[in-house]
Order: sequence, then C-alpha cells, then structure tokens
Amino acid sequence: MLSWKDIPMGAIVQTPGSAKEYRTGDWRSQRPVWDLSKCIKCGLCYIYCPDASIGWKDDGYPQWDEFHCKGCGICATECWTKAINLVEETE
Amino acid sequence: MAKKVGTEVSFAVADAVKLADVDVIAAYPITPQTHIVEKLSEYVADGELDAEYICVESEHSAMSACCGSSATGARTFTATAGQGLELMHEVLTIPASSRLPMVAAICNRALSGPLSVWGDHSDLMGVRDTGWIQIIAENGQDVHDLTIAAFKISEHKDVMFPVMVHMDGFHLTHVIEPIVIMDQEDVDKFLPPFEYNNKLDPASPVSQGTYAPPHIYPEIKKAQDVALVNSKETIKAIWKEYGDLFGRYYNPIETYKTDDAETILVTMGSFSETASLAIDKLREQGKKVGLLRVRLWRPFPFAELRDAAKSAKTMIVLDRALSFGGPAGPLCSEIRSAFYQEKNRPQIISFISGLGGRDIDPEDFEAMIARGEDIAKNGSDSEYEILGVRE
Ligand code: SF4
Ligand code: SF4
Repeated sequence: MLSWKDIPMGAIVQTPGSAKEYRTGDWRSQRPVWDLSKCIKCGLCYIYCPDASIGWKDDGYPQWDEFHCKGCGICATECWTKAINLVEETE
Repeated sequence: MAKKVGTEVSFAVADAVKLADVDVIAAYPITPQTHIVEKLSEYVADGELDAEYICVESEHSAMSACCGSSATGARTFTATAGQGLELMHEVLTIPASSRLPMVAAICNRALSGPLSVWGDHSDLMGVRDTGWIQIIAENGQDVHDLTIAAFKISEHKDVMFPVMVHMDGFHLTHVIEPIVIMDQEDVDKFLPPFEYNNKLDPASPVSQGTYAPPHIYPEIKKAQDVALVNSKETIKAIWKEYGDLFGRYYNPIETYKTDDAETILVTMGSFSETASLAIDKLREQGKKVGLLRVRLWRPFPFAELRDAAKSAKTMIVLDRALSFGGPAGPLCSEIRSAFYQEKNRPQIISFISGLGGRDIDPEDFEAMIARGEDIAKNGSDSEYEILGVRE
C-alpha cells in the first residue's frame, strides 16, 4: 500500500485503464449463474450489463467476469429466457 | 517604465491578468466583480489579449471550465464574489486536490440573506477550507502586484495550487487609486510560461480527479495538506523576488508600529489602512499600540504571526464575518489557536464589525481598541462582541 509520501501530485493516475485492476466483484452479495441450456445467445445480458462484466466465449455463449461483476442482477431481470439466476454469495 | 496611473482597482486586476498573458478566462458576472471580467472581455474582443473568454452559464460552470482549462496546461483566470463564490463552492475543492494551478480574484461580498451586494468577509470565510492558497489585498497596488505574483506562485513546481486573491468588494474594487501598472517587459521577466507536467495530452494519457476508496483517501489528503503548508516558503520567496525586482515587498503578516506594542489590533483587508490612522492617533497620545494585518490567510502563517506579536499583552481582532454561535470571529479563532500553546500568551479579544458594507472609521477603531483593553482588564459576558450596531 502507498504511503502518503508516494502519492503522485494531485493523486493523478499515470497508468490509463488502471480501474480494471480494481476488484469491484468484492461488492457483490449475489452472483448471476447461467443455465446455458436455456440461453439463445441473443446478447441482451451483454448489452444491459452496466459494468461490462459480460463478454463472449468462443462458442458464442456469454462469458461472465467474476472479478468486476457487482451482482446488480440486471442481466437476470432482462434475460427473457430466464437463463440467468441470482444466487447468494456464500463467502 | 512602469507608470503610475489613476485607475479603478477592478481594472488594475484586469490589467494584471492581461500582463500575465492568460490563455483562458471563464467567469460569470456578479457584483462587485463585474468590472474585472467586463474589462477582460473587452481586451479579448479587441484583440489586445490573446485568450479564450468562455461565457459560462453560472459560477459552478466557470470553475468547472477552469479546471478543464488548467488541466490542459493553459494559464487560467476567473473572478467572482459572494453568492457566486458560494455557487462555485462545490467545484472549488477539485483544483486544490487535483493540484490545478489557476488564479481567482474574489471581490469579497456579504452573503444573503438579507440580500446584500456590499462587502464583508462572509464569502471569504465560507471557502476557508477548500484547500486554495488565499491572499488578502489591502489596496489597489496590492491587488495588481499580488495578482501577477499569484500566477507565479500557483504555477510554481513546488506549489501547484489554485490561488485566490481576496479584495474587499466596493471598498476596493470600485475605488479609483493611483496604481503603478507594471510593464509587459518586467512581467515577462518575472513570470515564466506555465509548464504543467501532468497535462491532459492524448499522446501520454493520465487520469485526473479519480475516485479514491478509504484505503487511499486519507493518504491523498495528508499529501495535499503537507504540500499546502510547505507552499508558504515558496510564496515568501516569490514575494521577495517581486520586491527585489520592483521595490514593493509583501509579507504573510504585515506590521505597523508593532515593535514595542503592548496592544495590537489585528485586521485583514482594506479596512487595515483606516485602522492605521487610529494607531497613529493613539501613538501620538503615547499609547503603545500597533497594527498587524494578515496577508496570507492560507496556508496560515503561524510562526510569522507569533514572531510579529511578541510584545503584545492584548490583541484585539476585527472580523468582518460572523461564525454564528461560534467561539469568536473566524479570524480571531485562528489567532487564539496560534497563541494557545504559548507560555506568555496575550489576551485575545474578538470583535465583529463592518458587516454588509458598513463602514468602520478611525474613531470606531479607537473605540474598538478602548473596549478591547477594557475587556482585557475586566472581562466580558460574551465570547465576542458585535460593534457598530444600534442598540
Ligand atoms: S449481475 Fe449486474 S454486473 Fe453482474 S453480470 Fe449481471 S448485469 Fe453485469
Ligand atoms: S440475455 Fe439470456 S438468452 Fe440472451 S445471451 Fe444473455 S443469457 Fe443468453
């Protein structure tokens, strides 16, 4: 952890895109779990995710980003085939 | 050669900003600051000053535009007063924490309500803790010199803080005084171009004003505070350089007949010159009185203050602002804190006067000193007294 003496002037961040190193997944109390047998690869969950935490696997199914997903549940609400369920985080 | 001209103090601010060759001005007109930005907009429109003049829709936007401007490495100026400064408040803390140099002329004005366009220090005290360097001018020459020097202070690599130059609304801004307006050549010699290392530049991207969770926020604030406290030495050095070059010296604490003074009056701003007349008169009567004026409000010059008031048995502090229900006027609270740990601390008496443009004349200052000495001897029922109001 940085000491106050190591803070760059104005707390400027000199490495662009460093926010991706911030584990916002720690904020999550629920996680989305996919039942791919119901998924039709429509991409709505990808579009609606406010944290860009859904990408694509090579086979065309959604790829969940555990490190950044905040567990808001929007993907589960928007998925019209109900392929996504929210489950309580246990840890 | 720089020459002395009779000019309105607001125009002397505008001339200082023009001489500093600013790149961007973003401001919204508000009494009693309007003449400064009117004059600057004329300079820009007439092609006398090569700068962007951004007509914003509010002071909140003015300060936001100034942050963006400074972040690109542009020399930046704004001016406001009273309610305008209040509307700017939310954004004021940003350039201080992001270390974005800029200069703001603040034409001190009473706060509503009741609505008042006249001067006092309510707005000044409201922005005390925004993290800006805050300098107090007492007359038109101060305003001109301190504005030019403020750019050098603000942009100095060991400082990099925004700077407010405070001047009393109307009592200063709207009076015509003989003022030495600097020469362009001299200002160019004194004030180097603004070099900002972390400027927003697509070729080497940085992020400014980011989010800080609890594990880093306190470290960032400590770093900011230490840097502001340390800026005092650079401020003093730049004022000394200005004095050595142009013959007009400025100090964090200005003194008048304080050497052997047992009673010291403490003031801030343009009323100090009136107060000095009362000091002269009391000195003629053989009283050991002196006047001490706070020039550098932030970072507060504690050591310089204690040193200047060594001989004082009683200090009488005038505030032109109220801290409603508080311990004293806000300036007096600082003075009391400065002396609290001292072994032989003077009695420190708080008076509030001159609110909302009400004059304080030399006789009022004499009465203030007399009442202060009376309280020092016999005590008072209240923490502070408001003088010059009808009973
Ligand atoms: S729960 Fe929210 S953040 Fe996580 S993947 Fe779904 S939409 Fe994105
Ligand atoms: S919204 Fe549902 S069906 Fe559509 S891609 Fe996402 S998980 Fe699959």
